[in-house]
Amino acid sequence: MNMISPRRSRLVLVGNGMAGVRALEEILTRAPHEFAITVFGAEPFGNYNRIMLSPVLAGEKTFEAITTHPRSWYEENGIELIAGEAVAGIDRAAKTVTGGQGTTRRYDVLLLATGSNPVIIPLPGHKLPGVIGFRDIADVETMLAASKSHSHAVVIGGGLLGLEAANGLARNGMDTTVLHIMPTLMERQLDPVSAGLLKADLISRGIKVVTEANTKIIHGEHRVEAVELADGTHLPADIVVMAAGIRPNVALAKEAGLACGRGVQVDDGMRTSDPAIFAVGECVEHRGALFGLVAPLYDMAKILADRVTRTAESDYLPSVTGTRLKVTGIDMFSAGDFTGDETTDDIVFRDAARGVHKKLVIRDDRLIGAVLYGEASDSAWYFDHIRNGTDISAIRDTLVFGPSVGGAGTPGVEALPDTAEICGCNGISKGAILAAIGKHKLTTLDEVRARTKASASCGTCTCKVESLLAYALGGAYDATPKVKAVCKCTTTGHDAVRQAIRAQRLKTIPAVMRAVGWTTPDGCASCRPALNYYLLCEWPGEYIDDSRSRFVNERMHANIQKDGTYSVIPRMWGGVTSSFELRAIADVVDRYQIPTVKVTGGQRIDLLGVRKEQLPDVWRDLNAAGMVSGHAYGKALRTVKTCVGSEWCRFGTQDSTAMGIALEKMTWGSWTPHKTKMAVSGCPRNCAEATIKDFGVVATESGWDLHAGGNGGIKVRVTDLLAKVTTEDEVLEYAAAYMQLYREEAWYLERTAPWIERVGIDSVRTRLSDPALRKSLQHRFMESQRHAQTDPWEQRAAGVDAHEFRALAAVE
Amino acid sequence: MDGQISVWTDVGQLDDIPRLGSRVVTTPAFDIAVFRTGDDRIFALHDRCPHKAGKLSQGIVHDESVTCPLHNWVIRLSDGLAKDPDEGCSRTVPVRLRNGRILLAVGGT
Repeated sequence: MNMISPRRSRLVLVGNGMAGVRALEEILTRAPHEFAITVFGAEPFGNYNRIMLSPVLAGEKTFEAITTHPRSWYEENGIELIAGEAVAGIDRAAKTVTGGQGTTRRYDVLLLATGSNPVIIPLPGHKLPGVIGFRDIADVETMLAASKSHSHAVVIGGGLLGLEAANGLARNGMDTTVLHIMPTLMERQLDPVSAGLLKADLISRGIKVVTEANTKIIHGEHRVEAVELADGTHLPADIVVMAAGIRPNVALAKEAGLACGRGVQVDDGMRTSDPAIFAVGECVEHRGALFGLVAPLYDMAKILADRVTRTAESDYLPSVTGTRLKVTGIDMFSAGDFTGDETTDDIVFRDAARGVHKKLVIRDDRLIGAVLYGEASDSAWYFDHIRNGTDISAIRDTLVFGPSVGGAGTPGVEALPDTAEICGCNGISKGAILAAIGKHKLTTLDEVRARTKASASCGTCTCKVESLLAYALGGAYDATPKVKAVCKCTTTGHDAVRQAIRAQRLKTIPAVMRAVGWTTPDGCASCRPALNYYLLCEWPGEYIDDSRSRFVNERMHANIQKDGTYSVIPRMWGGVTSSFELRAIADVVDRYQIPTVKVTGGQRIDLLGVRKEQLPDVWRDLNAAGMVSGHAYGKALRTVKTCVGSEWCRFGTQDSTAMGIALEKMTWGSWTPHKTKMAVSGCPRNCAEATIKDFGVVATESGWDLHAGGNGGIKVRVTDLLAKVTTEDEVLEYAAAYMQLYREEAWYLERTAPWIERVGIDSVRTRLSDPALRKSLQHRFMESQRHAQTDPWEQRAAGVDAHEFRALAAVE
Repeated sequence: MDGQISVWTDVGQLDDIPRLGSRVVTTPAFDIAVFRTGDDRIFALHDRCPHKAGKLSQGIVHDESVTCPLHNWVIRLSDGLAKDPDEGCSRTVPVRLRNGRILLAVGGT
């Protein structure tokens, strides 16, 4: 069979987004060799999953993780990608498309997938810098950058997109207010009761919500400064996100003389008024309707491919769509007609204490709409009933309780159709998961997570994904968790505990134990310090450290020795001291008759044999000479070892001592999963032994080499190279971001060396090389440091926790 | 305390000890660790782990046990017995809670 026709038809796609690329995929599966394909895209990348911009903004995903079609995909499929050049015009007579930089391509078939633009309300001030939409990765980067240097965000629009933007901004530490013109949030997807629950959930996350807000003016001199409402309210704003809806991008089609209404008009075969031109996606108007959700776009892509390749005369028919809000921890689903009228009945279930509300709308024994809030795990089952129009009269009495109760209900995931959505956060269907399991021979939950992203965000669908694995692998699936439990009090692993803390916003140790299922009343000496650390890391400035869950050294801020006395190590920034400090230390040694003075491996001085009751006085005297706690007792930043560097050394290429001091000043006081040590060497001779430290910096002629994951302990491990940078600011930015990644990802008591061996240096390197992600990690680290950099010695010398240092009573 | 007559000595009130915490009562002969559990029960042991004499008063208290800060032996507060697989016993001191006051059976003649 002749696979390649003598002259292939030319197909040009304008718009390198989800709908257009999906259409190409559908075309390629039907006729892999029929077309010579060219893609014009305005953004300088391959294709990415625009729906997942919200998790990127919230810091839960990287841009890389949401890239669905990297440049290599286009190459592999012989597709010419012209990325970064928007199309300027179509010449229908000549059948050519010309880009803004003059690139011209001929077409036999043209696909328009130009998408939509955010509606920018023409308020006074809407053109000020700082007023943006929320449509592409550039918008996300603008928001992340703003969250780093500014503090107030206003989001105009309380719909799906606006709320996801607000959540992301708030997660990045911005004081965020949502302005919504209607009386209730997401009124197109939620009934007033669910909308009320949603509002309360958002407020509990620190997001301010103003409904019936009539925005009047955006104020600002050179960039946005404030938003004024019609009632006179002034809201400070460093960034304003307009999320008041989208409008099909029809400019190109209109200019080419194609029939346009609100969108590019297409027939049931996705053909425009010009038979050689098809359109798909959000730019389309079909039978008077516009589209903004992904499911109908994918349906359109199939019809279009059938028509373009002439494999079938199929027609696009509008279908019911379902909506979920991608805010981790908020479980909600809505589909169909959830308002109803005089011909419909409602079935309502409400458990206010759990924040659960379900409303089902029924007409003529058919489910026609549903809103689920707070508990949406059965959404796929309800959605199927709506789409299929099944007669529910037999299960009506238990319908609201879901499939597991009603006798006629489906028993489990195996009964769901392949299109059923399993993971709501990431929009992964049952079919996609089963395909991945088959294709990549996946056998564990973690592998499925890594490959498909299913159950990788909030984790509510974990049970379903596990059932699918069991269903796909049969007896070969071993359900015993491969994860290491935190301790004997639970079977749950560290990652799952942290995920629960984040997703369910758990803020106390007892709350975590209740939510995750602890078998002991108050844990043990292994899990309590771990939970205390995870909470401290997740809620900086908010969680109050539980001293009863601290190991003695961290509670006493000194190292207990075998005889019950303590050792005291003051901080010596970068290993540099002075005659004044040394004299003060000598005086303290004499005054309190401290038996041993020892120089440590970390370039500091250790005072050994201090009695518990002496500690506050010793600290007070050291404080008086300007010295603070060295945290030599903590799972914390310990020491930054340095060599003398270019200031004195004839080989030194950079001022390693100053660099070390700057690093220590930035990172001291931070709590970490395990102790963390740093070093800075002034030349590749590496006298500070930076390549066996958790974070090592080695100066070169041209800048700094950054190393990670070294260890000089029982098992020596040499660092991996993390990055090469040129400026001191970059060293600090990387250091902060690396510390935060370690703090957020490593298990408690896991040093950086085993952490990096577990997740892989590539994973760490890739994430830190992404500027947006690096900056957002740095931002979170610095935010946490704002609350962590208080000297515990000074506090205790002033009387904090005095009971720790004194006997309850003395009995003669 | 064999053959010895002890008296109940008031050493402080319940709230002097944090929940899941411990305080020390010194005597001329030895130190006593007084523990308060999460449900406000009070126990007292010699402040000495049977293993290497670690100060139990500095350990983490959980349920009805304390974990020694030196080598993580878990000692039961009610009888001072080390939990399996470790073997050993810390001496208990009779203690009572009355009207929010902690009374220890120490001292006397």
